[in-house]
Order: sequence, then C-alpha cells, then structure tokens
Amino acid sequence: MAQAIAFYFIAACILGFAVLVVSTKDTVHSVLFLVLDFLFVAALYVLLGAEFLAAIQILVYAGGIVVLYLFVVMLVNLKRPPEAHSDPHRRTMLGFLLAGAVLVEVGAIAIYGFSQPAMVPVPGAAMPVTGNTAQIGWLLYTSYLIPFEIASMLLLVAMIGAIVLAKREL
Amino acid sequence: MIDTLVIPLLKIVIVLNATLVAVTYMVLLERKVIAWAQSRLGPMRVGPYGILQPVADAIKLMIKEDITPVRADKWVFTAAPIISMVPALIVYAVIPFGPEVRLFGRQVTLYITDINVGLLFIVSVASVGVYGIILAGYASNSKYPLLASLRASAQLISYEVAVTLTLVSVIMMAGSLSMVSIVRAQESQRMWYAFAQPLAFAIFFIGGLAETNRAPFDMPEAEQELTGGFHTEYSGMRFALFFLAEYANMIVVSSVATTLFLGGWLRPFPNVAFLSFLDFVPSWTWFLLKSFFFLYVFIWIRATLPRYRYDQLMRLGWKVLIPLAIANLVVTGIVKVMLL
Amino acid sequence: MPITTTHYILLSAALFTIGVVGVMVRRNIIIIFMSIELILNAVNINLIAFSQQLQNGIGQVFAIFVIAVAAAEAAVGLGIILAFYRNKETVNIDEMNVMRS
Repeated sequence: MAQAIAFYFIAACILGFAVLVVSTKDTVHSVLFLVLDFLFVAALYVLLGAEFLAAIQILVYAGGIVVLYLFVVMLVNLKRPPEAHSDPHRRTMLGFLLAGAVLVEVGAIAIYGFSQPAMVPVPGAAMPVTGNTAQIGWLLYTSYLIPFEIASMLLLVAMIGAIVLAKREL
Repeated sequence: MIDTLVIPLLKIVIVLNATLVAVTYMVLLERKVIAWAQSRLGPMRVGPYGILQPVADAIKLMIKEDITPVRADKWVFTAAPIISMVPALIVYAVIPFGPEVRLFGRQVTLYITDINVGLLFIVSVASVGVYGIILAGYASNSKYPLLASLRASAQLISYEVAVTLTLVSVIMMAGSLSMVSIVRAQESQRMWYAFAQPLAFAIFFIGGLAETNRAPFDMPEAEQELTGGFHTEYSGMRFALFFLAEYANMIVVSSVATTLFLGGWLRPFPNVAFLSFLDFVPSWTWFLLKSFFFLYVFIWIRATLPRYRYDQLMRLGWKVLIPLAIANLVVTGIVKVMLL
Repeated sequence: MPITTTHYILLSAALFTIGVVGVMVRRNIIIIFMSIELILNAVNINLIAFSQQLQNGIGQVFAIFVIAVAAAEAAVGLGIILAFYRNKETVNIDEMNVMRS
C-alpha cells in the first residue's frame, strides 16, 4: 500500500517535471526542473531496491552532468538578450503526432509482451556476495570486465575531446 | 510504531536543533579563536565574555531590509540559499554519534539511520550543494557575483574528485559503505584509519578545506576579491543562510573525517588496559571531542595561512591532489591483496 | 493493486515520449540535449525495473554503462555547442546550417 502511494507520487513528479523541462521558456528554469526530475528518478531506483544506482544517479547525473549543462546555459546566456521562443517554422503539431505514435507503439509492445506466458527468471550465476553494491561490483569485475574497460576508455576519449574542443587555440 | 516513527523523529529534532545551535555558536568561536591568535579579545560586550553575541547577530540579520535586485530571477534568488543549506543538514541522517545505548528501558541507537550506501549518500548529497552557489551568482543578475560563483563552483567540483578518491581507499580498508560498519571495522582492526592511511587523511582534510570554501582556499568569497563573492547581492536572513550553510558544511566535514579517520565514537588506545578508566567517558563525547578538534584546526588554519591564488588553487587540486589520491588508492589495493 | 513491472514500463514509455517531443519540437539545442538525457533516463528506469523482476544484476550493470555513456556524450556535445556558439553566436538549430551551400 505504501509502496503504491510512493510509486504514484514519484511517477507523477517525474512526468510532471519532464513536461516542464520540455515546455519552459527560460532555459535556466528548464535545467533546474531537470535536476528535480533526476532526483525523483533516483527515489524511484531506491523503491526498486537499487540503492547503489540511486546514489550514482544523484552523484553523476544530478551532481555532474546537469552542472555541466547549467554552466553552458549560463555562458551562452551571458551575451544573449532574453528572447521570445515563438518560432514561425516550429512544427509543433507534427512533433506531437510523431511522439503520440511512439507512445502508442512502445505501450503496445509492453502490453503485448506481458500478455505472453511469463519468462522463467534467468537465475543469475551463484554469487559469493550479497547486497546491492557488492553484487554490482562482483559482476562488473568478473563477467563484464571488458565492457567496463571499454567504458573507461570511452570516458578518457570524451575527456580529451572536450578539452580539445574547449581550448581557444590548439 | 514507536520504534519506527517516534524515535527517529525525536532523533531528527534533537540533531537538527543541536546542529543549528552549534552552527550559530561556531560564528562566535571563530571570532574568538582568531582574536586570541591575534593577541586581542574578540567580542566581549554582549553577555559575559561575549557568549550572547550570536543572539545579537541573529536579531540584527533578521530585522535587516530584504533587498532583491531589479530583474533578478525571484524564484531562483530565493531558492539558492535554501539549496545551499539543505544538503549540509541532510547529511546528519547517516552520521553515527555512538553505538547502541540503553535509554529509558529501550535499546536506542545513537544515529538517525544507517543505510548500506551511507558514504556514497554523503558524497552525492554534497555534490548537490554546488547548485546553491551557482544559482546564487546567476540569480543576482550582476557581473561580479556571476564570475565569483563560476569560480567557486569550479573549485568545488575539482576538489570533489580528490576527496571521493580518498574515500574509496577508506572503503577498501573497511570493506563496506555503511558508516557504522566503517567505525566497527576500525574497532575490529584495532587501528584508526588516520594511522593506516595518513596520505588519504591529509588529502581528505585539504580537500575538505577547499570544499567548504575555507581559508586558505576562500578566494571566491573573500571580501577583498570580486567585491564579496557570490553572495554580494544578498542581505539579511538570506545572507545569514549562506554563512550558516558554510559553517554547517564545516561541521559535516569534521564529523565525516572523525567517523572515517579518527574512529568515530571509539576511545583512543582500546587495547591498552592501563587506560581503561577512559571507558567512563560516553561514546558520543569522544565523537564530539574529535569533531571539535577538527573545527579548531579549521579555524586555526584560517588564522594562520595566507590565501591561495585561483590558478594555484586549481593547480593544487588537479595536478597534485588527484595523482596523490590515485597513487594512494593503487598502493592500498596492492597492500590489501598481498596481505590478505 | 500491487505495483508490477508493467507500471514501470509504462512510466518509462511515457518519459521516453516526453523526451521525443522535446527533441522534435524545441529549437534551442541545449534543451534538445536535455530531452535526450530524459530519453536515456527512461531507458535506465526500464533496465532497472527488469533487473528487479528477473532478480539479476545485469540490468543494473547495463544502467551504469548507460550513465557513463550519457556523461561522455554530454561532455563532448556541450563542447561542440560551445565551439559552435563561439563562431556563430546562436543556439537555434534552425540557424545551424553552415554546411548547406
């Protein structure tokens, strides 16, 4: 019962703030609504029993990536006067139509998938550790070591790329 | 019902009130200690030896006129001090002041809660505190606060990396992320982690100084630089909230350093039977003593050291502390595997 | 009614759709990037909901990789935006048509 109330409240907040992100005129307010959205998504992860992911979501997404967005928005806003966002070439109706098609399609796949006979849960390999953090750490360093190393290479490349792009002269 | 709802609420009320009183008296403590370091007396007028000075400060700040700059973003301007203060207070939910004690016939734990990702929770909540500074500078709609806030937030996110890497070394030694488990690991391994990981301790302390914008890293908010930093346009109670948030952050860093490196509530030298008379001192008193020691060192350093220039500050964070923290991490990992 | 995995999937689908609307309707490139972050979050919610249903840690490991890729993409993408803004002084994607003759 309490879980249902928590889920509906968090889901309403997530969707509400997402709509506000997409529709606010002022870019800084948009970024702030995005931060709130990510905090509520982290709360949803706690509800799902993934508390390590929730802490990582706040640390990396809300505390790192969105700070980056906020910096860029402020640097871009420094010289631009606040201008109206009405744009004569904006294809609002086409956007909504396509989005509606996407929603119907994804929802249909989800509901069709769940009307099939339930899959047997794939039993995870017998793990010598319990607890969410230890389990993820065990998987990352044994079964998924190669994707882990590739992800760190990707982050290194992204770091170098961002530095090269942001320098004024090479 | 009582155990799950009433007792945690009581603990929250006690901890919050104690923190807010401690934060206001930190202002007085800092003025007094810096004054004594400079061979003068500090505030002495209000109350005996100046004890009631924080009350006078609070009244003065509350009756000041509340000015909002023209064309400033009103909602963000109001929210920025709150966003600065709240993460500093939320962290107290996981800091352990002591183990279980027997109070009024019940087993009561001396911490509000103990989640199994406690240390990660502290780090992530601290990284949300950066928003208060960025938004304060932006919402003031004025050049100097904006530049100062960008500097301050760049400093904060740079030193966050070094501090988090040192915390990983502590986690490796303790084998758990939960704060209570780290203290118990220090108890069972019979060594405070300040002696097992001196480099991590030093880096954590220096990083903590930079994270809380304290001297010698207080360039973003010094009065001589950039006309007062990111809280230039704030007056009255909102300005007070920024100040209180800074002192609350200082107390949080002290508490976390005590728990991780100085053994939390443990008494010194537990296996020396000669000192067993020290067992009469309750556990939370040890915790408070150690935290106050850290706070005193914070103020001592402010009274003694000159300020870092901004490029020296960033060079220290990126080119010195992060490589040292990574080296410490690698050495800890190797030693732990070899001495398994 | 108990909260099943279907609830989480529908929530994820709705968040995905809002992200897609944002990408297609807005003209400010930074808001388009933020809508892409919403889409990635919707995918993460899906992964972790399935990880809880199948009691397998694979979904959460995949979600960590998605977060890492999102961070890399945000860093490089914002670097490109800043470099473009330094030259053209605009963040409106309708005006980012330098390659067109």
